Amino acid sequence: MPSFRDHNLRRRAIIIHSIREFFVSRGFLEVETPQRIPANALEEHIEPLRSDGLFLHTSPEVCMKRLLCRGHGRIFQICRCWRGNERGARHVPEFTMLEWYRADSDYLDLMRDCEELLRWVFAACQENGQLFSRQERETDLNRPWPRITVQEAFRRFALSDPLTCIENGLYEEILVSRIEPALAELGVPVILMDYPAEMAALARLKPDDPTVAERFELYAGGLELANGFSELTDPAEQRARFEEANRRRSQAGLAPLPLPAPFLDELAAMPPAAGIALGVDRLVMLLCGAKRIDDVVAFTPEEL
Amino acid sequence: MYTVADLKKGLKITLDGDPYLVIAFDFTKPGKGQALYRTKMRNMINGTILDRTYRSGETFEPANLEERQMEYLYKEGTHYTFMDQQTYEQVVMEEEAMGDAKNYLLENLKVDVMLFGEKAIGVALPNFVNLRVVQTDPWAKGDTSGNDSKPATLETGYVLRVPPFIEEGELITIDTRTGEYSTRVKG
Repeated sequence: MPSFRDHNLRRRAIIIHSIREFFVSRGFLEVETPQRIPANALEEHIEPLRSDGLFLHTSPEVCMKRLLCRGHGRIFQICRCWRGNERGARHVPEFTMLEWYRADSDYLDLMRDCEELLRWVFAACQENGQLFSRQERETDLNRPWPRITVQEAFRRFALSDPLTCIENGLYEEILVSRIEPALAELGVPVILMDYPAEMAALARLKPDDPTVAERFELYAGGLELANGFSELTDPAEQRARFEEANRRRSQAGLAPLPLPAPFLDELAAMPPAAGIALGVDRLVMLLCGAKRIDDVVAFTPEEL
Repeated sequence: MYTVADLKKGLKITLDGDPYLVIAFDFTKPGKGQALYRTKMRNMINGTILDRTYRSGETFEPANLEERQMEYLYKEGTHYTFMDQQTYEQVVMEEEAMGDAKNYLLENLKVDVMLFGEKAIGVALPNFVNLRVVQTDPWAKGDTSGNDSKPATLETGYVLRVPPFIEEGELITIDTRTGEYSTRVKG
Protein backbone atom coordinates (compact mmCIF):
# COMPACT_ATOMS: atom_id res chain seq x y z
CA MET A 1 0.00 0.00 0.00
CA PRO A 2 1.72 3.24 -1.12
CA SER A 3 1.76 6.01 1.50
CA PHE A 4 -0.01 9.36 1.06
CA ARG A 5 3.34 10.86 0.09
CA ASP A 6 4.13 8.16 -2.52
CA HIS A 7 0.69 8.66 -4.00
CA ASN A 8 1.28 12.40 -4.18
CA LEU A 9 4.65 11.94 -5.87
CA ARG A 10 2.94 10.08 -8.72
CA ARG A 11 0.19 12.65 -8.93
CA ARG A 12 2.81 15.40 -9.03
CA ALA A 13 4.34 13.82 -12.15
CA ILE A 14 0.91 13.61 -13.82
CA ILE A 15 0.22 17.27 -13.00
CA ILE A 16 3.54 18.52 -14.39
CA HIS A 17 3.09 16.44 -17.53
CA SER A 18 -0.43 17.79 -18.08
CA ILE A 19 0.70 21.41 -17.54
CA ARG A 20 3.19 20.92 -20.39
CA GLU A 21 0.51 19.42 -22.63
CA PHE A 22 -1.81 22.33 -21.88
CA PHE A 23 0.65 25.03 -22.90
CA VAL A 24 2.09 23.17 -25.88
CA SER A 25 -1.44 22.56 -27.20
CA ARG A 26 -2.05 26.32 -27.06
CA GLY A 27 1.05 27.25 -28.99
CA PHE A 28 3.24 28.31 -26.06
CA LEU A 29 6.97 27.73 -26.38
CA GLU A 30 8.62 25.99 -23.43
CA VAL A 31 11.80 27.85 -22.45
CA GLU A 32 14.63 27.39 -19.97
CA THR A 33 16.44 30.44 -18.64
CA PRO A 34 19.53 30.59 -16.39
CA GLN A 35 18.85 29.98 -12.70
CA ARG A 36 21.98 31.82 -11.49
CA ILE A 37 21.70 35.48 -12.43
CA PRO A 38 23.41 38.77 -11.45
CA ALA A 39 20.16 40.42 -10.33
CA ASN A 40 16.53 39.49 -9.72
CA ALA A 41 13.41 41.60 -10.13
CA LEU A 42 13.78 43.41 -6.84
CA GLU A 43 11.04 42.99 -4.24
CA GLU A 44 11.08 44.38 -0.74
CA HIS A 45 9.97 41.13 0.91
CA ILE A 46 11.69 38.49 -1.23
CA GLU A 47 15.16 37.44 -0.16
CA PRO A 48 17.37 35.99 -2.93
CA LEU A 49 20.01 33.40 -2.05
CA ARG A 50 23.61 34.01 -3.13
CA SER A 51 25.46 31.57 -5.32
CA ASP A 52 29.17 32.10 -5.96
CA GLY A 53 29.00 35.83 -6.80
CA LEU A 54 25.56 35.57 -8.44
CA PHE A 55 22.03 35.08 -7.12
CA LEU A 56 19.80 32.07 -7.53
CA HIS A 57 16.70 33.33 -9.27
CA THR A 58 13.65 33.94 -7.07
CA SER A 59 11.52 33.67 -10.23
CA PRO A 60 12.42 33.39 -13.95
CA GLU A 61 10.63 36.71 -14.51
CA VAL A 62 13.56 38.90 -15.62
CA CYS A 63 14.88 36.50 -18.28
CA MET A 64 11.42 35.57 -19.53
CA LYS A 65 10.49 39.19 -20.05
CA ARG A 66 13.72 39.70 -21.98
CA LEU A 67 12.55 36.88 -24.27
CA LEU A 68 9.29 38.78 -24.75
CA CYS A 69 11.36 41.80 -25.78
CA ARG A 70 13.13 39.54 -28.26
CA GLY A 71 9.82 38.70 -29.92
CA HIS A 72 8.77 35.42 -28.28
CA GLY A 73 5.11 36.22 -27.66
CA ARG A 74 3.89 33.07 -25.87
CA ILE A 75 6.31 31.34 -23.54
CA PHE A 76 6.16 29.15 -20.44
CA GLN A 77 8.67 27.64 -18.04
CA ILE A 78 8.56 25.12 -15.19
CA CYS A 79 11.62 25.52 -13.00
CA ARG A 80 13.08 25.47 -9.51
CA CYS A 81 13.23 28.84 -7.71
CA TRP A 82 14.82 29.84 -4.42
CA ARG A 83 13.71 32.28 -1.74
CA GLY A 84 15.56 32.65 1.54
CA ASN A 85 13.95 32.44 5.01
CA GLU A 86 10.75 30.86 3.72
CA ARG A 87 9.74 27.70 5.52
CA GLY A 88 6.30 26.74 6.77
CA ALA A 89 3.32 24.54 5.98
CA ARG A 90 3.10 26.12 2.51
CA HIS A 91 6.71 27.16 1.92
CA VAL A 92 10.04 25.54 1.23
CA PRO A 93 13.03 27.70 0.24
CA GLU A 94 13.52 25.69 -2.98
CA PHE A 95 10.27 25.17 -4.85
CA THR A 96 8.83 24.66 -8.33
CA MET A 97 7.35 27.56 -10.23
CA LEU A 98 5.31 27.65 -13.42
CA GLU A 99 5.43 30.98 -15.22
CA TRP A 100 3.83 31.97 -18.47
CA TYR A 101 3.83 35.19 -20.47
CA ARG A 102 1.75 36.38 -23.38
CA ALA A 103 2.28 39.44 -25.56
CA ASP A 104 -0.60 41.71 -26.57
CA SER A 105 -2.62 40.48 -23.56
CA ASP A 106 -3.61 41.75 -20.15
CA TYR A 107 -4.41 40.24 -16.77
CA LEU A 108 -7.96 39.34 -17.82
CA ASP A 109 -6.51 36.93 -20.44
CA LEU A 110 -4.42 35.32 -17.68
CA MET A 111 -7.48 34.79 -15.50
CA ARG A 112 -9.06 32.86 -18.37
CA ASP A 113 -5.83 30.84 -18.80
CA CYS A 114 -5.95 29.95 -15.10
CA GLU A 115 -9.52 28.66 -15.31
CA GLU A 116 -8.76 26.54 -18.36
CA LEU A 117 -5.45 25.27 -16.97
CA LEU A 118 -6.88 24.17 -13.62
CA ARG A 119 -9.78 22.35 -15.27
CA TRP A 120 -7.39 20.66 -17.70
CA VAL A 121 -5.04 19.50 -14.96
CA PHE A 122 -7.93 18.40 -12.75
CA ALA A 123 -9.31 16.27 -15.60
CA ALA A 124 -5.87 14.70 -16.14
CA CYS A 125 -5.76 13.73 -12.45
CA GLN A 126 -9.24 12.22 -12.59
CA GLU A 127 -8.32 10.09 -15.59
CA ASN A 128 -5.38 8.77 -13.66
CA GLY A 129 -7.11 7.36 -10.65
CA GLN A 130 -9.16 8.41 -7.68
CA LEU A 131 -8.75 11.89 -6.28
CA PHE A 132 -7.37 11.92 -2.80
CA SER A 133 -9.09 14.49 -0.65
CA ARG A 134 -8.04 15.51 2.81
CA GLN A 135 -9.53 18.96 2.81
CA GLU A 136 -12.47 19.77 5.03
CA ARG A 137 -14.12 21.44 2.10
CA GLU A 138 -14.06 20.32 -1.51
CA THR A 139 -13.02 22.94 -4.02
CA ASP A 140 -15.32 22.83 -7.02
CA LEU A 141 -13.34 23.89 -10.07
CA ASN A 142 -16.31 23.77 -12.42
CA ARG A 143 -18.51 26.41 -10.86
CA PRO A 144 -17.79 29.97 -12.05
CA TRP A 145 -14.91 31.61 -10.19
CA PRO A 146 -15.81 34.83 -8.41
CA ARG A 147 -13.64 37.87 -9.04
CA ILE A 148 -13.35 40.20 -6.07
CA THR A 149 -11.30 43.39 -5.90
CA VAL A 150 -8.98 43.86 -2.92
CA GLN A 151 -11.03 46.94 -2.01
CA GLU A 152 -14.27 44.92 -1.95
CA ALA A 153 -12.69 42.07 -0.03
CA PHE A 154 -11.41 44.37 2.72
CA ARG A 155 -14.80 46.07 2.95
CA ARG A 156 -16.79 42.83 2.98
CA PHE A 157 -14.63 40.60 5.14
CA ALA A 158 -12.77 43.06 7.38
CA LEU A 159 -15.08 46.12 7.38
CA SER A 160 -12.07 48.18 6.45
CA ASP A 161 -10.20 49.42 3.42
CA PRO A 162 -6.78 48.31 2.22
CA LEU A 163 -5.12 51.74 2.27
CA THR A 164 -5.97 52.36 5.92
CA CYS A 165 -4.61 48.92 6.75
CA ILE A 166 -1.38 49.59 4.85
CA GLU A 167 -0.91 52.89 6.73
CA ASN A 168 -1.35 51.12 10.05
CA GLY A 169 0.98 48.27 9.10
CA LEU A 170 -1.88 45.77 9.39
CA TYR A 171 -2.43 44.94 5.72
CA GLU A 172 -0.79 41.50 5.80
CA GLU A 173 -2.36 40.55 9.11
CA ILE A 174 -5.88 41.41 7.93
CA LEU A 175 -5.23 39.54 4.69
CA VAL A 176 -4.14 36.41 6.56
CA SER A 177 -6.55 36.48 9.47
CA ARG A 178 -9.74 37.78 7.80
CA ILE A 179 -9.67 37.81 4.01
CA GLU A 180 -7.96 34.50 3.21
CA PRO A 181 -10.12 32.39 5.58
CA ALA A 182 -13.26 34.06 4.13
CA LEU A 183 -12.13 33.26 0.57
CA ALA A 184 -11.46 29.63 1.54
CA GLU A 185 -15.05 29.39 2.85
CA LEU A 186 -16.46 30.09 -0.62
CA GLY A 187 -15.61 26.56 -1.79
CA VAL A 188 -14.58 27.68 -5.28
CA PRO A 189 -11.38 29.22 -6.59
CA VAL A 190 -11.46 33.00 -6.23
CA ILE A 191 -9.63 35.74 -8.06
CA LEU A 192 -8.61 38.61 -5.80
CA MET A 193 -7.80 41.51 -8.12
CA ASP A 194 -6.77 45.16 -8.42
CA TYR A 195 -4.15 45.43 -5.70
CA PRO A 196 -3.18 48.76 -4.13
CA ALA A 197 -0.52 50.38 -6.33
CA GLU A 198 2.15 50.08 -3.60
CA MET A 199 1.60 46.30 -3.45
CA ALA A 200 2.69 45.70 -7.04
CA ALA A 201 6.37 45.88 -7.89
CA LEU A 202 6.17 45.10 -11.60
CA ALA A 203 2.51 45.54 -12.56
CA ARG A 204 0.92 48.19 -14.76
CA LEU A 205 -1.43 50.62 -12.99
CA LYS A 206 -5.03 50.59 -14.11
CA PRO A 207 -5.44 53.29 -16.77
CA ASP A 208 -8.79 54.50 -15.35
CA ASP A 209 -7.74 54.21 -11.67
CA PRO A 210 -4.01 54.63 -11.00
CA THR A 211 -4.46 53.92 -7.26
CA VAL A 212 -4.63 50.22 -8.11
CA ALA A 213 -2.50 47.90 -10.22
CA GLU A 214 -3.73 45.35 -12.75
CA ARG A 215 -2.59 42.52 -10.54
CA PHE A 216 -4.48 39.47 -9.27
CA GLU A 217 -3.95 36.46 -7.08
CA LEU A 218 -5.66 33.15 -7.55
CA TYR A 219 -6.83 31.45 -4.35
CA ALA A 220 -8.15 27.89 -4.28
CA GLY A 221 -8.86 25.62 -1.36
CA GLY A 222 -7.45 28.25 0.99
CA LEU A 223 -4.14 28.28 -0.86
CA GLU A 224 -2.57 31.25 -2.61
CA LEU A 225 -1.83 29.58 -5.95
CA ALA A 226 -0.77 32.22 -8.46
CA ASN A 227 0.10 35.87 -8.86
CA GLY A 228 -0.35 37.52 -12.26
CA PHE A 229 -0.46 40.98 -13.75
CA SER A 230 -0.45 43.21 -16.77
CA GLU A 231 3.22 44.04 -17.16
CA LEU A 232 4.67 47.45 -16.50
CA THR A 233 6.61 48.43 -19.66
CA ASP A 234 7.87 51.85 -18.62
CA PRO A 235 11.63 51.55 -17.82
CA ALA A 236 11.81 54.81 -15.84
CA GLU A 237 8.84 53.85 -13.66
CA GLN A 238 10.23 50.31 -13.20
CA ARG A 239 13.63 51.64 -12.11
CA ALA A 240 11.94 54.03 -9.65
CA ARG A 241 9.98 51.13 -8.11
CA PHE A 242 13.11 49.00 -7.73
CA GLU A 243 14.91 51.90 -6.08
CA GLU A 244 11.97 52.50 -3.75
CA ALA A 245 12.06 48.81 -2.76
CA ASN A 246 15.77 49.18 -1.97
CA ARG A 247 15.06 52.28 0.13
CA ARG A 248 12.53 50.34 2.18
CA ARG A 249 14.95 47.46 2.54
CA SER A 250 17.59 49.82 3.94
CA GLN A 251 15.04 51.23 6.40
CA ALA A 252 14.36 47.67 7.56
CA GLY A 253 18.10 47.08 7.99
CA LEU A 254 18.42 44.82 4.93
CA ALA A 255 21.25 45.04 2.41
CA PRO A 256 20.31 46.74 -0.87
CA LEU A 257 20.17 44.46 -3.92
CA PRO A 258 21.57 45.11 -7.41
CA LEU A 259 19.19 46.15 -10.20
CA PRO A 260 18.80 43.99 -13.32
CA ALA A 261 20.40 46.47 -15.76
CA PRO A 262 19.94 44.64 -19.13
CA PHE A 263 16.28 44.06 -18.30
CA LEU A 264 15.75 47.76 -17.59
CA ASP A 265 17.60 48.64 -20.82
CA GLU A 266 15.43 46.36 -22.95
CA LEU A 267 12.09 47.01 -21.23
CA ALA A 268 11.15 49.88 -23.56
CA ALA A 269 11.09 47.35 -26.42
CA MET A 270 8.66 45.03 -24.61
CA PRO A 271 5.23 44.69 -26.20
CA PRO A 272 2.16 45.15 -23.99
CA ALA A 273 2.08 41.84 -22.18
CA ALA A 274 0.85 39.91 -19.17
CA GLY A 275 2.65 37.32 -17.08
CA ILE A 276 1.94 35.05 -14.15
CA ALA A 277 3.70 32.80 -11.66
CA LEU A 278 1.96 29.74 -10.24
CA GLY A 279 3.33 27.64 -7.40
CA VAL A 280 3.39 24.08 -8.69
CA ASP A 281 3.87 22.55 -5.22
CA ARG A 282 0.73 24.37 -4.05
CA LEU A 283 -1.23 23.15 -7.08
CA VAL A 284 -0.16 19.60 -6.22
CA MET A 285 -1.23 20.22 -2.59
CA LEU A 286 -4.65 21.32 -3.82
CA LEU A 287 -5.13 18.31 -6.10
CA CYS A 288 -3.86 15.85 -3.50
CA GLY A 289 -5.71 17.43 -0.60
CA ALA A 290 -2.40 17.82 1.23
CA LYS A 291 -2.28 20.16 4.23
CA ARG A 292 1.50 20.52 4.24
CA ILE A 293 3.92 21.14 1.39
CA ASP A 294 6.06 18.44 3.04
CA ASP A 295 3.54 15.88 1.72
CA VAL A 296 4.08 16.78 -1.94
CA VAL A 297 7.86 17.13 -2.27
CA ALA A 298 10.32 14.25 -2.62
CA PHE A 299 12.44 15.59 0.25
CA THR A 300 12.04 18.53 2.62
CA PRO A 301 15.13 20.62 3.47
CA GLU A 302 15.16 18.97 6.92
CA GLU A 303 15.41 15.51 5.35
CA LEU A 304 18.58 16.25 3.39
CA MET B 1 18.90 35.36 21.34
CA TYR B 2 16.43 33.74 18.93
CA THR B 3 15.10 35.31 15.73
CA VAL B 4 11.75 34.60 14.06
CA ALA B 5 13.58 32.05 11.89
CA ASP B 6 14.14 29.90 15.01
CA LEU B 7 10.42 29.71 15.83
CA LYS B 8 9.08 26.19 15.82
CA LYS B 9 6.93 23.90 17.92
CA GLY B 10 8.70 23.05 21.16
CA LEU B 11 10.83 26.23 21.35
CA LYS B 12 11.01 27.75 24.83
CA ILE B 13 11.23 31.53 25.07
CA THR B 14 10.93 34.26 27.71
CA LEU B 15 8.09 36.71 27.28
CA ASP B 16 7.19 39.46 29.78
CA GLY B 17 9.41 37.69 32.29
CA ASP B 18 7.73 34.28 32.05
CA PRO B 19 8.87 31.12 30.25
CA TYR B 20 6.65 30.08 27.32
CA LEU B 21 6.53 26.92 25.26
CA VAL B 22 5.63 27.31 21.54
CA ILE B 23 2.81 24.79 20.95
CA ALA B 24 1.76 25.76 17.39
CA PHE B 25 3.49 27.71 14.66
CA ASP B 26 2.55 28.87 11.16
CA PHE B 27 4.62 30.82 8.62
CA THR B 28 2.64 32.89 6.11
CA LYS B 29 3.57 35.40 3.48
CA PRO B 30 0.44 36.75 1.85
CA GLY B 31 0.71 38.09 -1.68
CA LYS B 32 4.41 38.95 -1.79
CA GLY B 33 3.89 40.93 1.40
CA GLN B 34 5.73 40.91 4.67
CA ALA B 35 6.23 37.51 6.29
CA LEU B 36 4.12 36.76 9.37
CA TYR B 37 5.02 34.18 12.00
CA ARG B 38 1.87 33.17 13.83
CA THR B 39 2.43 31.33 17.10
CA LYS B 40 0.45 29.83 19.93
CA MET B 41 2.32 29.59 23.24
CA ARG B 42 1.72 28.17 26.68
CA ASN B 43 2.91 29.89 29.82
CA MET B 44 5.02 27.27 31.57
CA ILE B 45 4.19 28.61 35.03
CA ASN B 46 0.42 29.13 34.95
CA GLY B 47 -0.62 27.32 31.76
CA THR B 48 -2.22 30.35 30.06
CA ILE B 49 -2.38 30.06 26.26
CA LEU B 50 -1.31 33.07 24.21
CA ASP B 51 -1.62 33.86 20.46
CA ARG B 52 1.08 36.13 19.08
CA THR B 53 2.01 37.18 15.54
CA TYR B 54 5.59 38.19 14.83
CA ARG B 55 7.29 39.80 11.83
CA SER B 56 10.74 39.54 10.27
CA GLY B 57 13.43 41.15 12.36
CA GLU B 58 11.87 40.46 15.78
CA THR B 59 13.96 38.63 18.35
CA PHE B 60 13.33 36.62 21.52
CA GLU B 61 15.16 35.76 24.69
CA PRO B 62 15.49 32.01 25.17
CA ALA B 63 13.79 30.76 28.33
CA ASN B 64 16.61 30.15 30.76
CA LEU B 65 15.41 26.71 31.82
CA GLU B 66 17.46 24.11 33.55
CA GLU B 67 16.60 20.63 34.79
CA ARG B 68 18.55 19.48 37.81
CA GLN B 69 18.39 16.29 39.80
CA MET B 70 17.52 17.14 43.38
CA GLU B 71 16.43 15.40 46.52
CA TYR B 72 13.10 16.16 48.16
CA LEU B 73 13.71 17.23 51.76
CA TYR B 74 10.50 18.34 53.49
CA LYS B 75 7.24 20.22 53.27
CA GLU B 76 6.30 23.25 55.33
CA GLY B 77 2.80 24.62 54.84
CA THR B 78 2.46 24.89 51.05
CA HIS B 79 6.22 25.01 50.44
CA TYR B 80 8.23 22.04 49.26
CA THR B 81 11.98 22.13 49.72
CA PHE B 82 14.47 20.36 47.42
CA MET B 83 18.25 20.14 47.59
CA ASP B 84 20.94 19.73 44.98
CA GLN B 85 23.13 16.98 46.43
CA GLN B 86 26.25 18.22 44.67
CA THR B 87 26.10 21.89 45.68
CA TYR B 88 23.77 21.57 48.72
CA GLU B 89 21.84 24.45 47.20
CA GLN B 90 18.16 24.44 48.23
CA VAL B 91 15.09 25.58 46.29
CA VAL B 92 11.51 25.98 47.46
CA MET B 93 8.53 25.18 45.25
CA GLU B 94 4.94 26.33 45.74
CA GLU B 95 2.35 23.57 46.02
CA GLU B 96 0.43 24.83 42.93
CA ALA B 97 3.50 24.38 40.73
CA MET B 98 3.87 20.78 41.94
CA GLY B 99 0.77 19.44 40.21
CA ASP B 100 0.16 15.73 40.81
CA ALA B 101 3.78 15.24 41.85
CA LYS B 102 2.90 15.96 45.49
CA ASN B 103 0.99 12.65 45.58
CA TYR B 104 4.19 10.67 45.22
CA LEU B 105 6.78 12.72 47.08
CA LEU B 106 8.50 10.99 49.95
CA GLU B 107 11.41 12.47 51.77
CA ASN B 108 14.73 11.67 50.10
CA LEU B 109 13.10 10.87 46.71
CA LYS B 110 15.33 11.98 43.81
CA VAL B 111 13.46 14.00 41.18
CA ASP B 112 14.26 16.34 38.27
CA VAL B 113 13.41 19.91 39.20
CA MET B 114 12.79 22.39 36.35
CA LEU B 115 14.34 25.75 37.17
CA PHE B 116 13.53 29.05 35.44
CA GLY B 117 16.42 31.23 36.57
CA GLU B 118 16.28 30.82 40.36
CA LYS B 119 12.63 29.79 40.41
CA ALA B 120 11.52 26.16 40.59
CA ILE B 121 8.54 25.81 38.24
CA GLY B 122 8.01 22.08 37.92
CA VAL B 123 9.14 18.66 38.91
CA ALA B 124 9.57 15.54 36.79
CA LEU B 125 9.16 12.26 38.65
CA PRO B 126 10.42 8.83 37.73
CA ASN B 127 7.70 6.94 35.77
CA PHE B 128 7.32 4.46 38.64
CA VAL B 129 7.61 5.02 42.39
CA ASN B 130 7.24 2.58 45.29
CA LEU B 131 5.05 3.65 48.24
CA ARG B 132 3.72 1.87 51.32
CA VAL B 133 0.01 1.30 51.97
CA VAL B 134 -0.89 2.76 55.40
CA GLN B 135 -4.61 2.05 55.41
CA THR B 136 -6.89 -0.34 53.54
CA ASP B 137 -9.72 -2.70 54.52
CA PRO B 138 -8.73 -6.33 54.90
CA TRP B 139 -9.84 -8.73 52.20
CA ALA B 140 -12.72 -10.79 53.58
CA LYS B 141 -12.46 -14.42 52.53
CA GLY B 142 -15.56 -15.48 50.69
CA ASP B 143 -16.44 -11.90 49.74
CA THR B 144 -18.94 -12.33 46.93
CA SER B 145 -19.63 -8.65 46.29
CA GLY B 146 -17.65 -9.00 43.08
CA ASN B 147 -15.53 -5.91 43.68
CA ASP B 148 -12.15 -6.34 42.02
CA SER B 149 -10.59 -3.33 43.72
CA LYS B 150 -10.74 -1.35 46.96
CA PRO B 151 -9.47 2.03 48.14
CA ALA B 152 -6.06 2.31 49.81
CA THR B 153 -4.28 5.25 51.43
CA LEU B 154 -0.54 5.63 50.85
CA GLU B 155 2.07 7.05 53.20
CA THR B 156 1.95 10.35 51.25
CA GLY B 157 -1.77 10.66 51.90
CA TYR B 158 -2.66 9.82 48.29
CA VAL B 159 -5.70 7.54 47.89
CA LEU B 160 -6.05 5.16 44.97
CA ARG B 161 -7.74 1.87 44.04
CA VAL B 162 -5.77 -1.32 44.54
CA PRO B 163 -6.60 -5.05 44.03
CA PRO B 164 -8.37 -6.74 46.97
CA PHE B 165 -5.34 -8.83 47.97
CA ILE B 166 -3.22 -5.81 48.94
CA GLU B 167 -2.79 -5.49 52.69
CA GLU B 168 -1.83 -2.69 55.04
CA GLY B 169 1.93 -2.24 55.34
CA GLU B 170 2.65 -3.59 51.85
CA LEU B 171 4.86 -1.76 49.34
CA ILE B 172 3.27 -1.14 45.92
CA THR B 173 4.44 0.41 42.63
CA ILE B 174 2.47 3.33 41.16
CA ASP B 175 2.68 4.63 37.59
CA THR B 176 3.12 8.39 38.13
CA ARG B 177 1.95 9.15 34.57
CA THR B 178 -1.53 7.75 35.22
CA GLY B 179 -1.64 7.80 39.04
CA GLU B 180 -2.72 4.16 39.02
CA TYR B 181 -1.62 1.02 40.84
CA SER B 182 0.90 -0.95 38.81
CA THR B 183 2.14 -3.93 40.84
CA ARG B 184 2.92 -5.27 44.29
CA VAL B 185 6.56 -5.14 45.40
CA LYS B 186 7.55 -8.61 46.55
CA GLY B 187 9.71 -9.14 49.55
